[in-house]
Amino acid sequence: MTRKPRPILSMVASRVGLGVLSLVIVSLVIFSAVAMLPGSYASAILGQNATPEAVAAMEEQLGLNEPWFLRYLGWLGAAAMGDMGMSFAGRPVMDVIGPRLLNTVVLASITAVIAVPVSIALGIVCARFRGRFIDKFLSTSTLASISVPEFFVAYIVMMVLAVKLQLFPSMAGIRASMDWGDQLYRMVLPILTLLLVILAHMVRNTRAAILSVMASPYIEMARLKGEPEARVVMRQALPNAIGPIASVVALNLAYLISGVVVIEVVFVYPGVGQAMIDAVRNRDVPVIQACALIFAAAYIGFNLIADVISIISNPRLLHPR
Amino acid sequence: MNESHHHQIDALAHGLRRGTLSRREFLLRTSALLAASAAATIPGAARAEDTPKKGGLFRLGLHNASQNDNLDPGTWSTSWTGAGFNGGIFNNLVEILPDGSVAGDLAESWEPSEAAKVWRFILKSGITFHDGRGLVAEDVRQSIEHHMKPDSTSGGRAIVEQIASIATEGDDVVIFTLKEGNADFPYLLSDYHLSILPAAEGGGIDVSGNGTGAFKLESFEPGIATKLVRNPNYHKPLPYFDEVEFISIPDATARLNALLTGEVDFIQDIDIRNVSMIEGSSDFHVQRVPGLRHFSFDMDTRVAPFDNPDVRLALKYALDRDDIIEKVFLGEGRKGNDNPVSQIQKFSHEMPQREYSIEKAKEHLAKAGLETITVDLHVAENAFAGAIEAAVLYAEHAAPAGITINVVREAADGYWENVWLKKPFAAVDWFGRATVDWLFSTIYTSDAPWNAGWSNARFDELHALARAETDDAKRTAYYAEMQQIVHDEGNILTVAFVDWRNAISNNIGYGEVGGLMPLDNMRICERWWRKD
Repeated sequence: MTRKPRPILSMVASRVGLGVLSLVIVSLVIFSAVAMLPGSYASAILGQNATPEAVAAMEEQLGLNEPWFLRYLGWLGAAAMGDMGMSFAGRPVMDVIGPRLLNTVVLASITAVIAVPVSIALGIVCARFRGRFIDKFLSTSTLASISVPEFFVAYIVMMVLAVKLQLFPSMAGIRASMDWGDQLYRMVLPILTLLLVILAHMVRNTRAAILSVMASPYIEMARLKGEPEARVVMRQALPNAIGPIASVVALNLAYLISGVVVIEVVFVYPGVGQAMIDAVRNRDVPVIQACALIFAAAYIGFNLIADVISIISNPRLLHPR
Repeated sequence: MNESHHHQIDALAHGLRRGTLSRREFLLRTSALLAASAAATIPGAARAEDTPKKGGLFRLGLHNASQNDNLDPGTWSTSWTGAGFNGGIFNNLVEILPDGSVAGDLAESWEPSEAAKVWRFILKSGITFHDGRGLVAEDVRQSIEHHMKPDSTSGGRAIVEQIASIATEGDDVVIFTLKEGNADFPYLLSDYHLSILPAAEGGGIDVSGNGTGAFKLESFEPGIATKLVRNPNYHKPLPYFDEVEFISIPDATARLNALLTGEVDFIQDIDIRNVSMIEGSSDFHVQRVPGLRHFSFDMDTRVAPFDNPDVRLALKYALDRDDIIEKVFLGEGRKGNDNPVSQIQKFSHEMPQREYSIEKAKEHLAKAGLETITVDLHVAENAFAGAIEAAVLYAEHAAPAGITINVVREAADGYWENVWLKKPFAAVDWFGRATVDWLFSTIYTSDAPWNAGWSNARFDELHALARAETDDAKRTAYYAEMQQIVHDEGNILTVAFVDWRNAISNNIGYGEVGGLMPLDNMRICERWWRKD
């Protein structure tokens, strides 16, 4: 019997390969979709100054008069070399997106650092005290917060904390010129909103994952041997529930990178989601492509990490039958 | 003045704007009210007791910033770039005053010759850029020629196409030679694209943000914020503010929240549904500045039945503008009169208001030899705000006259590419142009780039005559006749003119406000002040 030398590494390598393929497909889909949209960068930018001569001159300079698949191949070639190109306004794409991506990553990181431990802890508490008051209270409130659209949560938070109590600014429009404390102060409301949105999801899934393990016969065995309930949950159930918990955490982290555009709009937070909206409105294809790649890479990357964690916690997954 | 007086005058002003009240009646009734109260002020209008004072920070929340914004004037197309860059850190040769007249800004004086074909501008002396360099004629020449390059993508290209050549004489004289005479040329030089920037070494201009304007550029984050600080060496006794900050807030609700929570002092283009909320507050007020922007239904006169002037008149009489303004625009709008020239414009010609009349609509249909017609009217939610609702009401208004209007809802995305100027009858949102000549030569003359097929030989002839004429009395007569032609035979049904509708903190002061362009003709930064 031959044994693979390092099964996890080879699994990761093949998954990365598939991930890159997915990115290429995503970029092709986005590029062709934007090409099918009516209007062009030239007419969007020139607006009511869009005389036919000016539009023609601009399309010529940007190479927009070439067929879209030729433009796509040119873009793909450059992107493969790590060059995201220039936005149609003449700035390097990474200069346009870079500062906004940093803002998004900062917002996502702070939220995640708070949300992940808190939600796992709350999930464990719910599982440990299943059916008791604390469990019922958290289950009901998380269900309510999942059911409400995120912009509604944002407006409630804003109404109470910014408009009525005036504790925090309603706008999270941070700028590079502000110092750290000031930036953090302005980020409180979006962070709080995001916490409310993703905590609920993660708490419920953590609880469900642990409870499904708790139904296994070996847990009953542990109880019969007289282990205290807290120890049963922490030492026996939790390690076997890590896989599903990692999956839901990964999903929420990817959401924090790519899905918070509504929160960004409500709180005027200059993140990468707004950059993409702006680019789509102007048909600024290189920027749209870069944003789409970032979002897709976030999903693929976090899911890969979650799978690796699942496998480490449960090596049987490496040898599917 | 007590609350009830305020409300009464508001109601009267409302009536005046809508055209349901004549100017004379408005004055009579408001002066009676004013006499009744000792310390009287008219809300929204200039307040004489405010003397401007210096100092403070002014923050504007605008919706139209883009991450593609940059400091090259050729790329500007929004009030963000217009008021922030053109009006904040740069000047033009001339500026448009709030009353709509043109005055020298960097130019001391100017003189036309050869039937308005050659224009000689003399620069003011002692003007410096922010880096201390003095302004010279070569800077002006390079700044205008920047838009004239054969591959120019500038939004100002249509204006500078009239220029044949630019010469300089010494350091303070610039001579423009036009391809044909244009009496409005100084007006055109006020366009925000034609900002004066320092010439770069080796030709071209330096677009690093070094200008002559009232403010220096402190920081600029595209699509996020622009920060300006006072220029102590400005050539006018302005500005009042120490600092100005433009803040990008794309979402309308977020903009309103920012104003209400004191994050900004000024927001632009407020939703009509929020007007009463702001007017009910003691800290903010709504400002309405009559402008050039108008909402219309445009016809392609090459296509039947719109090729028949009587059918066009029948359609014009079948539109109840009052009803649409009241129900769709909630009273926010001034009644259109099938004339694209705004009342605030020089050479605007007052004609009897065309009222809704089923009889006249039927009469004109009969003249065209028809009893009933059926037409498709193409609209989309972004054709203009409320376009779909307006079209549905119009169909109701027109039905009794035997006119069946099928309202065709188009997709908002791509409306301007696929519907406007492509479908024979469609809703349009026109921003207007600062001069009548410019408006007509963009949209109404036979060779205009956005002409929808309408052509009138007498109109074209008058347009050429008026353009080269420098005698204002003669031009007034020419333009009056042209507006009458459009009113009677033209292809446009103007539903309403809309105001620039801003919401402003009561701590901000301003004088008379210009409406040819948004934000006090883009010069809000140097003209307004803080009261607290």
